[in-house]
Amino acid sequence: MVECPECAANVSVPEDVMANEIVSCETCGLELEVVSTSPLKVDLAPEEEEDWGE
Amino acid sequence: MSPMASSVMDGRPIRLGVLYSRLRPEEKWIFQAAERRADVELVPLDSRKLVLSPGCGPEVEVVLDREVSQSRASATLRLLAGAGIPTVNAPEVVRVCDDKLRTSQALRAAGVPTPEVRLAFTPQSALQAIEELGYPVVLKPVDGSWGRLMARVSDRATAEAVLEHKAHLRADSHRALYVQAYVDKPERDIRAYVFDDEPIAAAYRTAGDWRTNAARGAVPHPCELTPELSAICQRAAEAVGGGALAVDLMETPDGFTVHEVNSAMEFKGSARVLDVDLPSMLIDYCRRRATQTPMTPWEREVPIDA
Repeated sequence: MVECPECAANVSVPEDVMANEIVSCETCGLELEVVSTSPLKVDLAPEEEEDWGE
Repeated sequence: MSPMASSVMDGRPIRLGVLYSRLRPEEKWIFQAAERRADVELVPLDSRKLVLSPGCGPEVEVVLDREVSQSRASATLRLLAGAGIPTVNAPEVVRVCDDKLRTSQALRAAGVPTPEVRLAFTPQSALQAIEELGYPVVLKPVDGSWGRLMARVSDRATAEAVLEHKAHLRADSHRALYVQAYVDKPERDIRAYVFDDEPIAAAYRTAGDWRTNAARGAVPHPCELTPELSAICQRAAEAVGGGALAVDLMETPDGFTVHEVNSAMEFKGSARVLDVDLPSMLIDYCRRRATQTPMTPWEREVPIDA
């Protein structure tokens, strides 16, 4: 568990979480990027840009 | 002898660079698959931390492009090619796939069925193009993805409104007005995964919307790769230059029509319903690409330090 930097709710992350993984805050819906796994830290994920795609 | 060729011969794992900036489920699965394997050494290349220089590249033998930003990917792949590092996919293939107009041209030139399109540059000429094609039509940015900023236009009033709005959008991608004939398909399309021009699996993507992009919540179901479907996928992949590709098709009464070929395939949804290990197949493909010599003709044409 880690605290959402936006709404302070607890955010659960998968057991096998990796650095840079994107997780969502189920309370406020924001996307967060895992910036460190040990200790577990998250920050706001970059917002979608117009050139994003596959 | 290339560094890769020697590593294959001495049994050393190849250094696989993975270009990314956003670790989505696909990238996580690729990283995990690479870490389980003895034949590759994973080198994560976070584009946010990269500093690139023409003629130089990271110490890797092949790079898998998983960068979500198409402009970053395009510049990086070009520099890597200039430094002699093979990439999946090749920059010229990515250039075709990322540009709907180039894709339309390539498919048409190869005789692959694809929806009819028009290109115009002013609201007046775009309106003329729309009315020539006949309502409904679809207006798309030439370099858009995920169904973003697409509009289905069913009548003249809507056409005029959408064109007026587009004229006020600032991004360059809205300067060229790409008009595509609307294909009256079932509420699903088909995504097929193709490696080395060989289709390996396909999934229907069903949505309660005319846009059947997975990014818009379309639900995947397995789709049988019939000989007819395989043949058109193979031709579509060849038309854009080949590689590890996702071909998107629609079903029409006259057969399949290809509307997109994607170079940095997403498969989060399909992975749940398809019995294929796409992360491992991508890594296998990268290994093959690393051993391919000589480089293809267009790659030799990419000038170093360009």
